[in-house]
Order: sequence, then structure tokens, then C-alpha cells
Amino acid sequence: MQPASSSAQVPESLHPSGSSAAGPQGAAGRTKARAAMPPVDRGWAPYLFLAPYVVLTAAFFLMPFFNAIALAFYETNGPRTRVFVGLANFRFLFADPMFYRALENTTIFALASVFLQLPLSLGLAVLLNSSETRFKSFFRLILFSPNLVGQIFVGILFSVLFTPRYGLINRSLQGLFHWGLEERWLTNPALVMPALVLTSLWVWVGFNMVYFLAALQSVDKTLEEAARIDGAGAWSVFWHVTLPSMRHVVVFVVITCIIGSYQLFELPLALLNTTDGFGPDNSGLTLITYLYEMAFRSGDLGLGAAIGWVVTLIIFTISMVQIRASRILED
Amino acid sequence: MDVVHWLLLALFAPLPILLLRSGSAAAVRYARWVAIGLASVVVLAPFVWLLAAVFKDRSVFNEYVFFPPLAQWSSKTMNLGNFVELLRGKPSVDGPVYFWQYVLNSTVYATVSTVAQLGVSSLGGYALAKYEFRGKAALMAFMLGSMMIPSVLLLAPLYKLVVDARMVDTLPGIIIPWIATAYGVFLFRQACVSVPNEMLDAGRIDGCSELGIYYRLVMPLVRPMAAAFCLIAFLQHWNSFFAPNVFLHSQRNFTLPIVLTMYVNDYHDTNYGVYLTGTALAMIPPAVLFLALQREFISGLTSGAVKG
Repeated sequence: MQPASSSAQVPESLHPSGSSAAGPQGAAGRTKARAAMPPVDRGWAPYLFLAPYVVLTAAFFLMPFFNAIALAFYETNGPRTRVFVGLANFRFLFADPMFYRALENTTIFALASVFLQLPLSLGLAVLLNSSETRFKSFFRLILFSPNLVGQIFVGILFSVLFTPRYGLINRSLQGLFHWGLEERWLTNPALVMPALVLTSLWVWVGFNMVYFLAALQSVDKTLEEAARIDGAGAWSVFWHVTLPSMRHVVVFVVITCIIGSYQLFELPLALLNTTDGFGPDNSGLTLITYLYEMAFRSGDLGLGAAIGWVVTLIIFTISMVQIRASRILED
Repeated sequence: MDVVHWLLLALFAPLPILLLRSGSAAAVRYARWVAIGLASVVVLAPFVWLLAAVFKDRSVFNEYVFFPPLAQWSSKTMNLGNFVELLRGKPSVDGPVYFWQYVLNSTVYATVSTVAQLGVSSLGGYALAKYEFRGKAALMAFMLGSMMIPSVLLLAPLYKLVVDARMVDTLPGIIIPWIATAYGVFLFRQACVSVPNEMLDAGRIDGCSELGIYYRLVMPLVRPMAAAFCLIAFLQHWNSFFAPNVFLHSQRNFTLPIVLTMYVNDYHDTNYGVYLTGTALAMIPPAVLFLALQREFISGLTSGAVKG
């Protein structure tokens, strides 16, 4: 829990602020307006404490951010040469079938995440939350454990689990349904997205479950009890009492889930490694894989920035719609 | 019918019996246990499969789904061949590179990033929580806004920046740009707000400097939060792929995720076991850290979400 060792020399530089803080007036009368608050004007101390964050953010967030605006209007060949091309990057993008394929795949993945993954997470959370379930934290640990494994490692592992005839998944499907032993999940364009979604379920069902479980535990038990006494069935208690009182977490989880889905990159890249992360016929191409390909494999950082802006816009729009919708729901 | 079907049948068979004998509550409880158990089996199966794959010889890799039956265990079916191949020095432009080099790179990268992030975030979060100063509201608004920007947007210009700063293909080049995160500062702000002001004032009266208060009073109090944050940060960097893959060029600087994706291509047709072994080894440090910090982690993860 040690802070960065470089802070060892800070006390000397901080000393003047410490002594000025001891004076009753402090630096200026600007805190007078907040007479109700405790006297907390400590001169330079807060500025010093925030300096590392501010300096690093200026250098590695603000500068690249403004550069990203400019860069989207340039064509570059590697980081060194650039030519101004106006809106040509965006024109190229909106004429490129690969871009639409990526957008389609990513959207399908986002929809699958919201409508498959989240209900499963919620279901498991409800199962685990019921008071008789002993070993609650034990099973929570098990179901959460795939999240400790990086997406790249998950992708590598599942690329072998999906092996035709011998893979664990193919064999399990054969054992359960007498189907799927020879299915080529990762080289059959029709099965690439299902494979990706299945893998993502394995990883993230437990992740969202942790959030739902925490929310369920903070739901007011007396409300549920009152509804039960009034004769509501288990299902209608859940639907009319429990779910509405955890709506904040549901909105939060849905938004993070969609945002995460639109940034999907590492999982397909590793899972579909033998086809450059694209899948056959671009069947597993996502927006960020497309960005990666254009910006860093082909070397056009300008086009990469343009794609980045499109992704940002999509994510921003969806979050705004979602937040607006949840406000309307609350009224 | 297969063994699997009989097993499933056996699992569900007690259901009607319970329903008749002990009533629906007992049946529901049993069904719940079966559902949770099955979900856990699905989640754990790949891990068990991986553990078997690591030790299975190439010649029997596909013969047994998991481990071979105990009677078949010998050095021909179960051995350390995958480790030997994995740890062998691989030729590169600048001499042979050993697997431990990547482990070392990943460890240094993840550890230094985590410690630096912890320092910057906790200092900033403490300042935001416990001081009034000019520009505070503006800074908070900026931080909230900056969290809406996906990191990929900045990657192309960041790459240019790192190249211009001559930090490309070095560890500092993948560490420094990601030390300051609005999210980290916010997490610590939330944790520091609940530290009582009286305690800080008592520290001041006793002659503690402002930095001393942060280090001696605040940090010990937000320790659970700090532990959760460390785990999240470490996981993020240990598993990070995009930036290191773009920013690092020479073989001996690579981190584990990069090199293992390369091995997938190298060994795909000959021996899965080699990169599966590497993957299994790469899973160990996060798992150990997680088990050590488990309790803090779950509460820290959900603290921001479950407040409204």
C-alpha cells in the first residue's frame, strides 16, 4: 500500500503550505461563502496532491484527445507522415462494406449481451440471493472466476475448446444433444458469432451477476414482505417490487454492458487468431478489430482516429438514450 | 442414452419425490441447488480441462477429454513436455529469448503500473474529498466527462505521441500514459469522503503535515478500497493486450498476452499444449491475488454502482 516512491521527497516542498494552513486566514476570503463547511482552505496542498493526475491527464488524455480530432482529417502512413484529406476518411468509412460488417457484428453482439447474458446473470443472482442458499460467497467466487482471466487468454483457451471432433464444447454438445461433434465453430461463417457469444457468456454472466447480487441484497425486505402479504405471487413480487427497486443498478449494468460490447476486441482477436481476428469472410469482425486493422496493421492512424470517433459517437448516443429512457421510467 | 443423460436424469429424479414428500419449498430449494451446481460445473469445466491439457502428452491430447484414467498414467501420457517446450529459449533477432523474460516483463509492467496508479489516484481522490479549492467543480465535471471517452479513440494519437517521445518499444511507453485515470481518482474520492474530518483536524493539531495526514491517517482507513483498486488495476494491466501489442516491437520486450497469441500461430498445427501451458501459467498470479483480496474486491467493485 506504499504510494509511489517518488513522493518521498515531497514533504520538503510541501512544508510552506503546511505553515500557511496554520494561519487562521489562509490564502483568501474565497471560502467565506462556505461558512457552513469546516475550514478546509489548506493553500497549495490540494493542488499539489492533484498535480500528478492533472499533469499526466493533460499530456496523455487532453493532448491525444485534441490530436484525435485533427488526426481524423488526415491520411497518415505510420506515425511520421501525414496529408490533410478533409472528410475523405469518413467518406471511405461509410463506403466500406467491411465497416458495415463490423458495425453489424458488434451490434449483434451487444444485443446478445443484453438479452442473453444479462437475464442469465439476473437469474443466477436471484437463485444465489435466496436466503437458504448457503455457501453464497463460495458460488459467487466460482461464477465470477472467469473474469480473472484476460480476454486474450480466454480466447486462446476457447479456440481449442471449439476444436471440431475433439474440442470439449463439441464433445459436450454431442453428448447432450447428439449434435455438433464436427461443427467448425471458428471457420464456419454462420457459427463464428454464436461461438463468440457463447464464450462471452462464460466470461461475463458471473461478472454482471455480482452487481445484481449486490443490488438484490440491498433491496428493502419489508417491501417484498408487504407485497407477499397482500397476496402477490413470487413472480409478481419480483417483477413489481424487487426489480423496480434495483433499477439504478440495472441501468448501470445495461449501459456498461453495451459500452463494453461496442469495445469488444481482444476476445475475438484471440479466439479467431488463425483468421487474423476477423473470422472467415469477416464474420467475426468487430468495430475495434477494424480500427486495429486500419490504424495499426495498415498504418493509417488518421483512418483509425475517424473510426474511433464513430465508435465514440455510437457509445455516447446509446448511453444518452439509455439514461433518458431510465429517467422517463422513473417518473 | 449416454452417461450424461443418465447423470442429468439422476439429478432431476429427486424433484418429484421431494415435491410429494416434503412440499414445494423443499423441491424449489433442491432445484435451485441443481441450477447453481450445473452453472458452476459449466464455469469450472474449462479450467479442469486446461489443467489436464497442460500435463497431457501430445500423443494422447485428443484421446481423453479430461485426464486419462488413473491406470493409464505414465510418463507417456502425463509429463512435463509442454513446460520443457515452453520454457526453451526461442531464437529472435537479438538472441534467444526465454519464457521467463515475458513473465518478468508482464510482472514489472503490471506491478509498476498498479503502484503508480494507486499513488496518483489516492492522492487526487483524497484532495477532491477533503479540500475546498478553486476549480474543484470544474475538475470534477471534466473527470466525469472524460470517463465517457472510450480509450480506443486515444490510441492512435497516443501512439504518435509515444513515438515522438522516443518511448516506443519500452516499458515506460506502455506504463506512463495509463497511470492517471479519472475512474481511479473517483473511486478514492468516494472512499475518502467517509473519513471523518475531526480525525484529520486532530492529526493537524498534533502537528502532522498535510501529506502525513494522507499517508498516516487516510490511507490506512481506505485500505479495503485500496486493495480492491490494486486488484482491478493489476488485472487490467496483466491482461492488457491492445496497447502493449501496438507499442512494443522487439521480442524481448513482449508481455505474456502478446507472446501467447504469437505462439497460437506458431504451434497451432503441431502442439496446442505449449500455448495452453503458457495460458495456464498466466492465470496463476491474478488468481492468487484475487484469493488474497477476495472480500475487499467484491465490495469495492460494486461500491460505485449500488448506492442510489
